[in-house]
Amino acid sequence: MSFSDKSREIMSRELESIKEAGLFKEERIICAPQNSEIEVVFPLGSEENRVINMCANNYLGLSSHPDVIEAARKGLDHRGYGMSSVRFICGTQDIHKQLEDKLSEFLGTEDTILFPSCMDANCGVFEAVLNEEDVMIADRLVHASIVDGMRLAKAQQDTYKHSNMGHLEKKLQLHQDKRIRMIITDGNFSMDGDLAKLDEIVALAEKYDALVFVDDSHASGFIGKTGKGTHEHCGVMGKIDIITTTLGKALGGASGGCVSGRNEIVEMCRQKARPYLFSNTIAPVIVEGALAVLNMISRNTERRDKLEKNTEFWRKGLKEAGFVIKEGETPIVPVMLFNAKLSQDFAKDLYDMGIYAIGFFFPVVPKGKARIRTQLSAAHEMHHLEKALEAFIKVGKKYDILNKTKQEIIETYGD
Amino acid sequence: MSDIKDAILEYVKEEYLDEDDDGDVTYDTKLISGGIVDSFSMISLKRFLEMKYKIQIPDAKATPEAFDSVNRIVELLKEFDVK
Repeated sequence: MSFSDKSREIMSRELESIKEAGLFKEERIICAPQNSEIEVVFPLGSEENRVINMCANNYLGLSSHPDVIEAARKGLDHRGYGMSSVRFICGTQDIHKQLEDKLSEFLGTEDTILFPSCMDANCGVFEAVLNEEDVMIADRLVHASIVDGMRLAKAQQDTYKHSNMGHLEKKLQLHQDKRIRMIITDGNFSMDGDLAKLDEIVALAEKYDALVFVDDSHASGFIGKTGKGTHEHCGVMGKIDIITTTLGKALGGASGGCVSGRNEIVEMCRQKARPYLFSNTIAPVIVEGALAVLNMISRNTERRDKLEKNTEFWRKGLKEAGFVIKEGETPIVPVMLFNAKLSQDFAKDLYDMGIYAIGFFFPVVPKGKARIRTQLSAAHEMHHLEKALEAFIKVGKKYDILNKTKQEIIETYGD
Repeated sequence: MSDIKDAILEYVKEEYLDEDDDGDVTYDTKLISGGIVDSFSMISLKRFLEMKYKIQIPDAKATPEAFDSVNRIVELLKEFDVK
């Protein structure tokens, strides 16, 4: 059956309602390699705009690093372009095993299995490891891929208030009758830039016999003294049962993800995780690029240290200018505007001034908590940040929100 | 009936509100469409109702619309002879 008028009408109506709700997403076209300064076309058909990129997950600035590109070329020359097979038929090369071993070594885990993305890792792991006698207890602000993965699993679901350890403890007590309890959290929460209290979570897991799962996609490579992640930052290396993370952010930024953790859990994924079983793994080009990244950041902490300095400058600058920001120490720095329209207008003005940052509002973040999410990179030089700060202050003055409290901003613009 | 309403309201406040949350929740406050309870964490409210009133709410009935306020939940419970 062809695409009938009726089907077209149904979908057009749905698309229209997405637009009416203000939720229609439009792609900005980047006409350059990913970096701290890029050329962007937006809206479609307009002139290219050279902007400072304040919204990439390119935390270590390695997306277009010459050494990573060279390594990727080596992958192409030595191991070809694609695999044309899933892993367990004829889709596993020596370099895939090398990358899995390198990730285990870097994260301080027993074993690792690669997935096409961290979204796939999160969608595959719970179903592979848990059954209907078990319970998954997740922080309410975990990433959407975790929510989807939990929905695919047969285990029971529950949630606890964001980073609320008292509430988590109550849930662990409530579910003592289950076979396995798994506490599920992000390491660095992507919308707020705050870190999970992994030391306290591990203590509760030990007290109530629970497994700990952490998605460290916004932490691997730069959180912790040597950039190993939130578990390093919280002093609980070796105590996290499952870490999922991505190669699509700090670790080169291409694509791919993994489940890393206890031997038995990783083996269960090799036997049962459907995104692993039924799709090709990452291409040799990306494998070699990722190996180069891991070797580079294992040698020294130069890039994560620069990112830390950039973060300190940015957070301090915004606070001194009188913005309301989400407190924390990570390179995800949300500038709180509370009102959805204000967040969109603010982002547009920034873009016109050559600063690229995105406004987020409900339902991506809770109602009345709209914001501009800024993200720092080791690829940012001080002149980028100074220019960006200058633009933020200018736009902040225009909307008269500097040195105003949350309440005052809401009184002016609504929530 | 008001006992049921109060029990649900009490649960919603304890389960979903943070200490720093502004505003109060009443019987008519929009829970799902108002952004207080998201569809992901709605499951614990369903479990609470099932355990407290010893009923089984089929997934088809546990919709965001049916759970959108305390008053609506009370209407839903009537279908299971909880009055």
